[in-house]
Amino acid sequence: MADFIVSLLTGLSSAAAMFLVASGLSIIFGVTRIVNFAHGSFYMLGAYIGYTLVQAIGSTAVGFWAAVLIAAVAVGAIGVVMEILLLRRIYRAPELFQLIATFGVILVIQDVTLWVWGSEDLVGPQAPGLKGAADILGKPIPEYDLALIAISPLVLVGLWALFKLTRWGTLVRAATQDRQMVAALGVNQRWLFTGVLFLGSALAGLGGAVQIPKGGADLLMDFNILAVAFVVVVVGGMGSVFGAFWAAVLFGILQTFGIQILPNSTLVLMFLVMAVVLIFRPWGLLGMPETLGQAHPGPPEQPLRPALPRVRILGGAATALLLALPVAHLVLPQLVGAFTLVLVIEIMVFVLFAAALHFIMGPGGMVSFGHAAYFGGGAYAAALLVKFADAPFEIAFWAAPVGAALLAFLFGWFCVRLSGVYFAMLTLAFAQIAWAFVFQDMPGSVLRTFGIADEFGAPLKITGGDDGLNDIWPSAWAGTRIAYYYIAVGLSVAALWIMRRFLYAPFGYTLRAGRDSPLRAAAIGIDLTRHRWLAFALSGAFTGLAGALFLFSKGSVFPTTLEIARSFDALLMVLLGGVQSLFGPIFGAAALTWLNDLFSVLSYWRFLLGVTIIALVLLLPQGIVGFAGTRLGRRLRLARPEEITA
Amino acid sequence: MTAPAGAPVLGLTGIDTFYGRAQILSGVSLEVRRGEVVALLGRNGAGKSTTIKSIIGLVRPAGGEISFEGNAIQGLEPFQISRLGLGYVPEDRRIFTGLTVAENLEVGRQPRRANAPEWNHEKLFALFPNLAAMTGRLGGLMSGGEQQMLTIARTLMGNPTTILLDEPSEGLAPVIVEQVAKTILDLKAQGLSILLSEQNLHLSTLVSDRAYIIEKGSIRYEGPMADLAENEEVRGAYLMV
Ligand SMILES: Nc1ncnc2c1ncn2[C@@H]1O[C@H](COP(=O)(O)OP(=O)(O)OP(=O)(O)O)[C@@H](O)[C@H]1O
Ligand SMILES: [Mg+2]
Repeated sequence: MADFIVSLLTGLSSAAAMFLVASGLSIIFGVTRIVNFAHGSFYMLGAYIGYTLVQAIGSTAVGFWAAVLIAAVAVGAIGVVMEILLLRRIYRAPELFQLIATFGVILVIQDVTLWVWGSEDLVGPQAPGLKGAADILGKPIPEYDLALIAISPLVLVGLWALFKLTRWGTLVRAATQDRQMVAALGVNQRWLFTGVLFLGSALAGLGGAVQIPKGGADLLMDFNILAVAFVVVVVGGMGSVFGAFWAAVLFGILQTFGIQILPNSTLVLMFLVMAVVLIFRPWGLLGMPETLGQAHPGPPEQPLRPALPRVRILGGAATALLLALPVAHLVLPQLVGAFTLVLVIEIMVFVLFAAALHFIMGPGGMVSFGHAAYFGGGAYAAALLVKFADAPFEIAFWAAPVGAALLAFLFGWFCVRLSGVYFAMLTLAFAQIAWAFVFQDMPGSVLRTFGIADEFGAPLKITGGDDGLNDIWPSAWAGTRIAYYYIAVGLSVAALWIMRRFLYAPFGYTLRAGRDSPLRAAAIGIDLTRHRWLAFALSGAFTGLAGALFLFSKGSVFPTTLEIARSFDALLMVLLGGVQSLFGPIFGAAALTWLNDLFSVLSYWRFLLGVTIIALVLLLPQGIVGFAGTRLGRRLRLARPEEITA
Repeated sequence: MTAPAGAPVLGLTGIDTFYGRAQILSGVSLEVRRGEVVALLGRNGAGKSTTIKSIIGLVRPAGGEISFEGNAIQGLEPFQISRLGLGYVPEDRRIFTGLTVAENLEVGRQPRRANAPEWNHEKLFALFPNLAAMTGRLGGLMSGGEQQMLTIARTLMGNPTTILLDEPSEGLAPVIVEQVAKTILDLKAQGLSILLSEQNLHLSTLVSDRAYIIEKGSIRYEGPMADLAENEEVRGAYLMV
């Protein structure tokens, strides 16, 4: 019994940071309708700033808590700066742009943090006055845990009072439901939004600062908390602070008990609970269905039409060039080096990845933020087959698209029921779970609980965790650089062509109809969910194919192939190229792979990339291919006269 | 009052409005004078709501001019237009369903204005007696008629000089429509100017001084309401379905 109570208390204390971060995310989303991906970064900044302040003034109890509060306010101020400089300009932009822009902020904050505090993990100092352990039913429990348990309800009551008892809170709640109406009643929402960004960011900062005595500060905090916060918000219900509270408490308790049953299982348990909740309540415990009609109608989209002759000629020329490149390499090795072939293989891998993502994103309107799950998932499926079943290359290779399709089939079942940002957050959460699965080598731990372990009793290495799986190469016939080049180019061009066929077939038109008017599509008897599900699985298969090409070109696979940053890379490629064009992902992938190559030699390349992304979102909202529709593009005859947009 | 009775307070000249590429309004011009109730009549989809949204700034007209109390307001943000004393009562009421009646009123509250009657809870509850008994009730739990009263009351909390009323009779029982008519006449008596978008000819005839008829985004008829009530031909051409 005493053990149970102590576990319960530990669980409640670990709910604190989750609740603080998730409630801030939820509040910001409720009013601005922007999912702030930089929210995890604010949490991280809270920890780092808090750490520095505690070093400076935190030797007394008063000083410590003052440091924590000042850190929260400082992070709130950073949120305000982001709102004024960036968000204000993109409130009317499509959701995707907003998400990408806040992703740019993540990159910038990562490098700024690295630059200011260095790459060492910081071990947090203990809180003065709360260094000891309290005695609960004869069991010790850290006093600081008790303080953390008290913080969540205090903040919850404070938020309740703020929202319920002040005019500002009333306006925020009204704006959460209907921004336009609030504006039409004479409320200047600029300050509402700025205030909300301050509050939400400060909550994230507070979450980061209060957990320093337990977890310190490190550079992985941003993405780690982000997935957790998403799960909490999705389960609690978007925009609901009380929902976030209950979900955080639920997961906090689940965590402590889950670890006792199955170590390293936290994220998987969260996934299972989230799955169960979403089956019964698609909008979360206390969430309300997304209100239709709040979306900003953009300019009408051009119908899909066969490409213009000049564009076709360009496409044909590019294909011919690709096919001729190895010949050039043989004839003129000093001009076309081996590195060029390697770079082109890499570009084709990402072109395929981006096109597969675009397949559901452009025509289907499903913006997946976790497509790396199928890229890395496919690669791991093939690699595991080679490692543990000695499968030959010819079979293992195809296991990647099949495995990825199955994974997408499973995750997709939950995701395709939702739309917009709910869809985005859920796909990201699933991807993070897949990442944790390989990163923490979940199969190894599971086997150990069944008594299957190595001779020392340690878990067997299945996915290999951080070390990944190595030494996985194609068969001899495919192993030369030129042979593999032709395999990569041939398969990706074929896959691109097949995807294009799908989009011009009734299947593609149905998807577009469903994206533009779900109600009408349903009214004429289209089973939209099934179409979306199928499209998602197909996209997963093509992504897995890209993963297979990647795996056998590198000879190894690491958990980084599934990480959030990888999913964002693919999104960026689609965005860079322009969402509304089938050629977009091709240009975007080529441009980004090249940019990455260019920046990666610099020490603060994330900062540069982040700034570039933000600049692109602000300056080129149509993407690179959208440029074809501008006056210049028209002069080059890349678009029809009526397709001019600028 | 800044402008004398009868002087124009709200004027639209040649307003063109688009949704995407579809032109919804073509050259709409109309005028509301001080203390007047003006009806904007038209069938479903004629462009009444779009006209009203163009005035309050929820939709940006692509061309034309809108003046309110001597200010050019086209291109301003909705909150700026509203703060000049122009109240907007939307067609689908848009009550904040998660907020109580009192909170809904609070959202509408704006500082008092020299040239407009000032509203507070007591005065509003005198006008809408059944709201008084339910200040703590959630907006989402009210009947359609109660919501209509609340949405008007909420706009009045902004102490407007002029009100845009978009189809207040929509979906209401005849008794309640009579109540709405009485409210409009009350407001008129307090010196407010009103632009009333309606399909309900009965209500318009009861309260309006003048009328415009809009059809396919253009004004087709303009004249005193009394004349229109007599004019079978025009009514048949533009109003009966
Ligand atoms: N958000 C929108 N996007 C595209 N078209 C719209 C939009 N809102 C209205 N329309 C179209 O504009 C036209 C005019 O609509 P409006 O709402 O102004 O009509 P109305 O006269 O108010 O009709 P009702 O009496 O039904 O309210 C209609 O054809 C309608 O379909
Ligand atoms: Mg209307």
